[in-house]
This record gives sequence, structure tokens and C-alpha cells, in this order.
Amino acid sequence: MKRASIIMIVGSLCLLGLFAFPLWNIMLGAPQYPDPLGMNIHITGIQGVSEFDLQNIDGLNHYIGMKTIPKADEMWEFNVFPIVIIAMVILGLLLGGLGFIGKIDHRYFLGWFVLMSVLGIMGMYDFNLWLTDYGSNLDPHAIIKVINEDGTPMTYKPPLFGYKKLLNFDVSSMPATGAWLMFIGMTLTLVAFFIGWKSKQSSSSDTNHKPATP
Amino acid sequence: MKKYSIYLSAILGSLLTLSGCGNQDGKTTSNGALASNNAEKVYVAPGEQDEFYAFMSGGYSGNLTVYGLPSGRMFKEIPVFSQFPTSGYGYSEETKPMLNTSFGFIPADDAHHPDISQTDGELDGRWIFINGNNTPRIARISLSTFETEEIIEIPNSAGNHSSSFITENTEYVVAGTRFSVPIPQRDMPIKDYKGNFKGSLSFISVDPEDGRMDLKFQVLMPGFNYDLSHPGRGKSHGWFFFTTYNTEEANSLLEVNASQNDKDFIAAINWKKIEEYIANGGGTTMPTNYAHNVYDETTHTATSTMKKEVLTIDPTKVPGAVYFLPTPKSPHGVDVDPTGEYIIGNGKLSADLTIHSFDKMIVAIENKKFDGEAYGIPILKFEDVLAGTVKSGGLGPLHTEFDGEGNAYTTFFISSEVVMWKLGTWEVIDRKPTFYSVGHLMIPGGNSKKPFGKYVVAMNKITKDRYLPTGPELEHSAQLYDISGDKMELIYDFPTHGEPHYAAGIPASLLAPKSQKIYKLAENEHPFAVKNIPDAKVVRDGNTVHVYMAMIRSHFTPDNIEGIKVGDKVYFHITNHEQDFDVPHGFMMIGANTSGLLIMPGQTKTTLWEPKQEGVWPFYCTDFCSALHQEMQGYVRVSPANSNIDLSWSVGE
Repeated sequence: MKRASIIMIVGSLCLLGLFAFPLWNIMLGAPQYPDPLGMNIHITGIQGVSEFDLQNIDGLNHYIGMKTIPKADEMWEFNVFPIVIIAMVILGLLLGGLGFIGKIDHRYFLGWFVLMSVLGIMGMYDFNLWLTDYGSNLDPHAIIKVINEDGTPMTYKPPLFGYKKLLNFDVSSMPATGAWLMFIGMTLTLVAFFIGWKSKQSSSSDTNHKPATP
Repeated sequence: MKKYSIYLSAILGSLLTLSGCGNQDGKTTSNGALASNNAEKVYVAPGEQDEFYAFMSGGYSGNLTVYGLPSGRMFKEIPVFSQFPTSGYGYSEETKPMLNTSFGFIPADDAHHPDISQTDGELDGRWIFINGNNTPRIARISLSTFETEEIIEIPNSAGNHSSSFITENTEYVVAGTRFSVPIPQRDMPIKDYKGNFKGSLSFISVDPEDGRMDLKFQVLMPGFNYDLSHPGRGKSHGWFFFTTYNTEEANSLLEVNASQNDKDFIAAINWKKIEEYIANGGGTTMPTNYAHNVYDETTHTATSTMKKEVLTIDPTKVPGAVYFLPTPKSPHGVDVDPTGEYIIGNGKLSADLTIHSFDKMIVAIENKKFDGEAYGIPILKFEDVLAGTVKSGGLGPLHTEFDGEGNAYTTFFISSEVVMWKLGTWEVIDRKPTFYSVGHLMIPGGNSKKPFGKYVVAMNKITKDRYLPTGPELEHSAQLYDISGDKMELIYDFPTHGEPHYAAGIPASLLAPKSQKIYKLAENEHPFAVKNIPDAKVVRDGNTVHVYMAMIRSHFTPDNIEGIKVGDKVYFHITNHEQDFDVPHGFMMIGANTSGLLIMPGQTKTTLWEPKQEGVWPFYCTDFCSALHQEMQGYVRVSPANSNIDLSWSVGE
């Protein structure tokens, strides 16, 4: 259980990577942009991959009536996400510490993992809502208005995950370093749960077998 | 008469023999395999980039052109000494001071010899220097922005031809006068030239941090013509070598009168000795007048300052500083090999090359073995300094470059060829024709300690039939030879703009990564810049109106202006708010008596418009900037001089 607790602590510490590295990355390449424009979505705000990328994305988006990329103080998520992550790190450390001194067992680790997964899915859902709004809530006076074959106005929601062609732009959206660290950390907490479970099983089976040995 | 015709047929016969062997004209139709091989060597596939930059002087265009090697594609014309309506250089209010001189504003010049800055004798790719020949000037061009940053006028000079060559740590850029003149200039009979005119050799220091130039001293030499020069390097660092012709000091019909002496001189100048002399208080400060023009990248504005003094050096007063090396037949180029040992005199009226030895020169100086003196300057004995002679078999050697593998390549103007020969043994290895009458040649880094000996470019003076004809006036022609093998191979030719006299090449890997993409708007300190678009405004000051204008895809702010009157002087100060690579905007105003502007991202430029007629007059963006480029336009309402219409401006109302 001590080993499991240490892995739990390491796993939850991995979440701190979100403060150093972006959670998500969206790249926009086009014939005129052989070096693609890009935005890194951090839990504290959106940054350009290169110095002027956000300004240039906004400049291009004004043609199709998209809103400008929100600043950190324009979205509540960028205030709440850091708090949630810090809280989950503290909770993970606490559970790991209590596990280490034997106050709690491995099932709490699974509990942390489930809670983090639920929060993560909620976060992704919220992120997708924003992408949808960003890509489809367009200025009615937009310079370029493209109509789909079915007569509906074309929207420009970037993909949540993967690749999509938007007019002349090739858009790819992928988890970035911070997210990978978070996934590794979450996997570690799951590993911690399994190790804790195994060690409990073996120690209880040891106890069971003890009387049998002379 | 009979005798002559025998000679004539013998000459014709030998010419026929010469032209009979090999692919004399470089046309390889008869040899398909070779042709496709050559095609591969120069083929840079779509989207691929060249291996070298080649900076070619524009001659009478006054500018510098940038090419790629091996493709021969031209990338840019950098305006230097000439007004350039493409960008507005020399027309915009910011850049007019760049062309200021002691003679006033000069819109053009004759640009000759580019040279790239060096550190420890190797190309460092920070700046490129080039000389204006007609109104003597030296320019410094940034190799990150590829724009002219500084121009310094050279006083007491005329025909600034033995320029602009740099020492091995870019301590100095050196400029010598081709024409000797009265110093200081004065009204005197031309026939009194001999003994009265002087030739100045100017040493301009280069600040190692920002590249700023400063005319440190001028050596006032006898009244010969100082034709070309090159620095010593390695062991000969600290010396500078100048060719002379017209040691006869003729002042008329030089064609004949300056070609009488069997030998002219290469002047060897020990500039370190002169530095010591100056440090000890030597030299004479002479009143003069010359312009020093500096372009500031943050204000995007040039300023011109008139300088009033120059430190002159009488070479006879600095012992050990200046010697003459007799060199046959009016030498044109003087070139120093990568080791610094061999000083090559290209005797342009001769068949042979004369190579002097630096070591022998030092020994001769130490032994004081002189062959008389000229105007108090010791002449070394020809035999004492001679390292060898290249019996070339060609005629009219002009310039030599080096491949760093012990070979030298010399152009022959009269016999129209490049001859490859071996340093030390002086044997001719190979020769290839040029088309036609080659002047300079260039190997990237070929006049440094570390040449990149893969290609040689020959720059020809005569084009004739090489390309589709374009009437009487043709572009010049360059030939590209592959020198990576044992022999030279002609692989390509391409037209060049203006008259490239010399060129400087450098591996693309040294420049391309640091080529600047935009100017940062946040760093723009132009006094009339619009840093935030809502701050755009129009301000009247008497008859002068300043329009503080911003541009971004795809509109001007403001784009409607009223209250302008006939007779006003309207300055459009326009700031490009893009911060994206390769999104310039242009500006032209109907009826403006000047060029348009091409404004780079983050940059501010100013143009003057003096409206002469009432009406509503449009302006527009001249650079196709976006899908809405055609919408990027505006109007100015011009009212009678006595009208009471208030100044107003707007966008989107």
C-alpha cells in the first residue's frame, strides 16, 4: 500500500504540469500559411504559438464574422479551472498521504480517479460548447458568408479532437503536453488503485494461508 | 600586305581550332546525358530553396540585387543609392535624408563592389557594404532586414572605385579614389595635375555592435588612379593592397597616356602602423564637408548629419606604412589568397598574372632593398617580391577568386574566359569561355579565409545573343560554373539587373534563419505613428496637414477626410498594423507628385500630397493584400483655399 500511495502522490502531482504546459493545441494551416498559425489553450488562458498568432487569427476571422479569441478575464473557466486543478492535486496528495500511513485504503484512489474523470468530461463538454459558440455565433454583417449545400450558413467550429477542413484552412486540434501529463497522472492514480488492491488481496490471502503452514 | 594576311589567317586558324574543341558555347544539345546532369545541378524544385545567396551590385542602377544560387532566381532589389519607387525609398519623407550629400540630394549612383562583414576572416553575415562610385559614398545594408541602414559620403574622393572592401574583423571598410583630384578641391588648371593632384585612401571604422561607420582617416597618396583593393588576411592582416594605374599622371586621353609605363604599382598600406601614428598624435585635421546618413529601425526614419572635418595622413611621414610593389601592365584587380601569402596583380593589358609574396615583401622591407621611390614612398624591387607568374595564355586578366582548395580562378576580359590555376605552382588547370567579356567573378566567400568553393559566377559585360532579344538594351549576363570537380563545368546562365560589377555570396544557412519577418508595432517609435487605431487623426498646422493614418486588412483609418484645401501640404503618415509575415500594404494618392509607398507590417512611412484641384479624390492600397483588397480605398474632399469647411475624418460611418 505504501508503494501505491507514493504512485498516487506522484500521479496527482502530474496535474501541476497544466500550469506550465498547454492543455490543448489548435493549429491552422493554409496555402498562405505554410508555417501554420496556432493557439495553445492553457487552463489560465489562450496563448498564440508564435508571438502574433492570436492577433493574426482574429484578423482572419473578422472576414467570416467570428468573435475575437477571448482574453483570460473574459471566460470564467480560466479562473475556475486552476482552482479545480489545485483542489484535485491537494486532494490527491491528502489521499496518498493518508494511504501511506494506513488510514485509508485503495478504494479512495479509485474515487479520486472517478471524480477527476467526471470533472474532465465536464471540462471537455464546456470546451466544446465554447468551440461551438465561437465557430457558429457569427456576426450577421460578416464580410464573407458561405452557405452550405443544404442552405444553412456555414459555421467554423474547430474540431474538439482531430482534423477538419474549414474553407482554406486545415485545422487540427490535439491534446498538448499539459493534457498528456494529466492523462499520465490519472493513469498513475488508477495504477495506484490496482497496486493497492493487489497488495491487499495478497496480504489477506497470506493471512488466510498462515494457519495452513506448520 | 601579304605578310598581314598570313598573320590574319594564322590567327583565324587558331581561333577556329579553339572554338572547334568542346562545347564552347555551353549549349549541350549534342550531349543529352550531360545536359540533364547540368539541369539537375541547377534545378531547385518548386518549394525548394537555394543553397547560396548572391548579392550582385547593380552598377548604374545604384542598387544591390539578391539572387539565389544555383537557380539564378532574383529575390529582391535592395535600394541603396537610387530612388526606388517600388518601395518609396528616396521618395518617402523618412528616406529622403539617406540620399543627402554635400552636393545636396542625389537620386542615383553607380554601385560597384559589395562585401560581406567578416569575423576572424570568415563571413559572419551581419552586414553587406557597397560603394557608390560616382558621388563617393559607402553604404551599409542590414542582412536581417535587407535594407540600407547607413550611407557615409567620402570627402576628397572622386570615382570611389577601390572600395568597399573590409578587413578581416570588419575593423574597417576601405574606400579608395579612382580619380585623383586637388585636395582640398580648388579652381586650378587641369594641365597642372601632375604632382599637384592627390589620391585619397579612406579607412572607415565599423562599430562591432551596431555597425555604425565613422571616417577615421584618409591617406593622401600621389596622384595616381587607385583602381581596386583587398585586405590582407591571416599573416598579412593589418595590411591593405591597392592597385594603381596612370602612374604616368596623365590628365587627358588616358587610354593611351596612362598605358605607357611597363609597370604600375600595387600600394601596400600598413594600416596598423598608421593607427599607431594616429594614437601618438599624428595626422592633420582638415576642414571638409560630407554627409553621414543613418536610418533608425525603430523610428523608421533616416537622419542626415553634415560632418566638417577629416583626419588626413601624409604617408611619407609614417615610416614603414606604405610601399609600392611594381606590377606590370596597369593592374586592375588585386586579390589576396585565403592564406594571406599571395597578392595577385591582374595586369589588365597583359597575358600574365603577377603574384607577389607577402613573406618576400616583408623580407625586402626589412632589408630595405628599394628600387628608388615615388613621391617619397619606397618602391620595392619587382624581383624581390615576385612569387611567380601565371602564364595564362589568355588576355586581359581582371579579377581572381579562390576556392579554398589551393586553386584560383581569374577572369580574362579580352579573351572572354575564366582560367583556373594552381596557387604555388602557377600552372593552368582549366579554362572555360564566358559569354561575353567577363568582368568580375564570384565564389561565395571567395575573398575570405574560408571560401565555399562549389560554384563560380562569372559576370559578363556583353550579352548579345544569350537570351531572347529585347531591342538595343539588354540585361547583363552571368554564367554559373560548377567547380566541385577537378575541372570547371559551365552549368547555367541567367540575366542580371543593371551592371553587376562584383558580387558577394554566402551560404543560405548563415542568413535565412535570421531574416526578419516583420517590424514590431510595439517597438515603432516613429513620431507620427498610429500605435492604436482609434488614435488615428488629422491635424492642421497652417497650410500643413498631418494625416495620422492606420492600415490593416483591409481598410484605412480614416478613409474619409474632409476640410483639405487647395494649396495645402498634406503629409500622409501611414502605419501598417499587420504583424503577420509578408502582409505589406501599399498607398497611392491620385495626383501625388511623388512615388507611392510600400509599408511593411509594423512600419510607418510618410508621403507628401499637394492637392491642386477642388474635388473628391481617392487613394487606395496598391499591394494586393487580401480578398478585400479592392475595397481598401478612401476619399479626400478638397475644397477651395478660402473655404470654411472644418477638418473632419472618419471610418465606417
